[in-house]
Amino acid sequence: MSSRTIISCLQEAKRVAIFGGTHGNEMSGITLVNMWIQNSVEIERDGLVSKPFISNPRAVEKCTRYIDTDLNRAFTPENLSAPDVEGLPYEIQRAKEINRMFGPKGSSDAYDVIFDLHNTTSNMGSTLILESSTDFFNLQMVHYIKKAMAPHTCSVLLNEHPQLKYSTTRSVAKHPIGLEVGPQPQGVLRSNVFESMRTILKHALDFLELFNSGVEFPPCTVDVFRIQERMDYPRDTNGNITAMVHPHLQDCDWEPLNRGDPMFLTFDGRTILYEGANTVYPTFINEAAYYEKQQAFVTTCREILAANAIRKASNVFS
Amino acid sequence: MEAVALPELSRVAVCGGTHGNELSGVYLVRERLKRREDGTEPVSVVTVMSNPRATQLCVRYIETDLNRCFTRAALSAPISETSPYEMIRSQELNALLGPKGSAQAVDLLCDLHNTTANMGLCLISYSDRDWICLHICKHLQREMASAPVRYVHFDIPLNEAYSLDSVGKHGFAMEIGPQPHGVVRSAIFSAMQEGVQLMLDWICQFNSGTLFEGGSVDVYTMVKNVDYPRDPETHTITAAVHPHLQDRDFCLLHPGDPMFLSFSGETLRYKGKEALYPFFINEGAYYEKGVALSLARKRRVEIPSVRSETLR
Repeated sequence: MSSRTIISCLQEAKRVAIFGGTHGNEMSGITLVNMWIQNSVEIERDGLVSKPFISNPRAVEKCTRYIDTDLNRAFTPENLSAPDVEGLPYEIQRAKEINRMFGPKGSSDAYDVIFDLHNTTSNMGSTLILESSTDFFNLQMVHYIKKAMAPHTCSVLLNEHPQLKYSTTRSVAKHPIGLEVGPQPQGVLRSNVFESMRTILKHALDFLELFNSGVEFPPCTVDVFRIQERMDYPRDTNGNITAMVHPHLQDCDWEPLNRGDPMFLTFDGRTILYEGANTVYPTFINEAAYYEKQQAFVTTCREILAANAIRKASNVFS
Repeated sequence: MEAVALPELSRVAVCGGTHGNELSGVYLVRERLKRREDGTEPVSVVTVMSNPRATQLCVRYIETDLNRCFTRAALSAPISETSPYEMIRSQELNALLGPKGSAQAVDLLCDLHNTTANMGLCLISYSDRDWICLHICKHLQREMASAPVRYVHFDIPLNEAYSLDSVGKHGFAMEIGPQPHGVVRSAIFSAMQEGVQLMLDWICQFNSGTLFEGGSVDVYTMVKNVDYPRDPETHTITAAVHPHLQDRDFCLLHPGDPMFLSFSGETLRYKGKEALYPFFINEGAYYEKGVALSLARKRRVEIPSVRSETLR
């Protein structure tokens, strides 16, 4: 007698979007999306429509992260339901527009999948960012991508933290996925980073095509890093930072940080140690955009998530 | 060569934040200003935050690049409240540290910069025969273990010299990379701190009458800039710096070597006739200036022994 595997039958992923330029100075996504708007051959797949889209065109034009406010924090219920009045910050207007085009967030009309392309100055390599530990579709996609990229490592970051989770541009979709590749300075296009992001997207679209064609993906597990805590720089009474990420921690994203390990180095040469009780796995170490968000790095803990087998739901009543 | 006697360097300026998002210099100037308040300043140095408004916003500039506002023409242009902020500021800095070309100018101006390019530490100057600048370079090369030190020369006459360091009687930019703009990396900060300290130590010793032996310094003289390949209609870039060239600043580039990798997968090669040394490879701030990399010729410059003139 064989035990019965639970198979989750899920809706086809027909409407897919690829967002670049959510931050106007993160060049891989901007370059890829502009390329695909000109010529979409590379992102076409049977059974789905993939729309390349520049989310923050004014910021892209100025090669700056944002104009008035961070678009990737703007998709809150309050903002999305704000009335159309003059003087609304640009990114809030834009968030409402994106919600109309690709959402509404939380509704059955929303796009099935949105890939949001980002770069970081942190040494995170290729990273996929998830917002839910129970979205089996996303877990299966991530599992597929990781296998396809091997031996190149793809880390998976889970941000499900009640306070630290934020309202991302991609969150209007049913299945949001963040692609974060670094290290790359803002405003710079590095060939290797560009090609890594391009390859991740290729595998992601291959997965969607296979899923839509009826392929069943067996149960799987995914190693993830779950966000725990945001660590700020030490600051003085004027709010200026008084220390830098320690050279032993700099560039060590995803590596264990133990109690007593060096964490910061003050400008006058004093080492500040990590005092946490448990070993953590820091990431987003020294991301340029996070100095103003009071974040030197985030701590994560390692976790294994399980996903059911998945298969496209058939249209026939059975 | 005979030993050369040169005037003492009695007034030195250390400037940071000329570009507000090049953070090693910003933090170094902040720390030096803090310590001066505590009265621990050992040397007669004026420390200046060149572009405070850009530094506040952590951007390169507010309206126009401050480090292009120091030509004769820019410094003598009539200005009003409606002039670009940086044009007003360059004239303020010229009054404070110059006037450029006059006897009142500071003896040496060291302007602190970062680059996203993998350049190590470079002293960038308009002269290839300024013995003070070349000796300081030699001193840093001898004493610094944490980064390679090189001397880069832009052959531009003083009137057209556009950067802040041209205001001093002697001057150079101290440029350190690689570091993303808007980020402070501790190893890069320490290297800049060390470089500035070694420079000040040399100046102290020089002013005290020490004889510095001559020798030779390799000088990289800028020959030309190379732009990205661009779409003829939209002008957007169609290729990235080739992975074989990326991060290989000061590694000799030969005719036929890969330079760019187009988005369609084609390798574009260096078509020049002469092997040259690339630098400022993939500097983030230069996309808008149409520069993917700069190319230099290297030559060995003989420098004489120097000591300060003593007034008896």
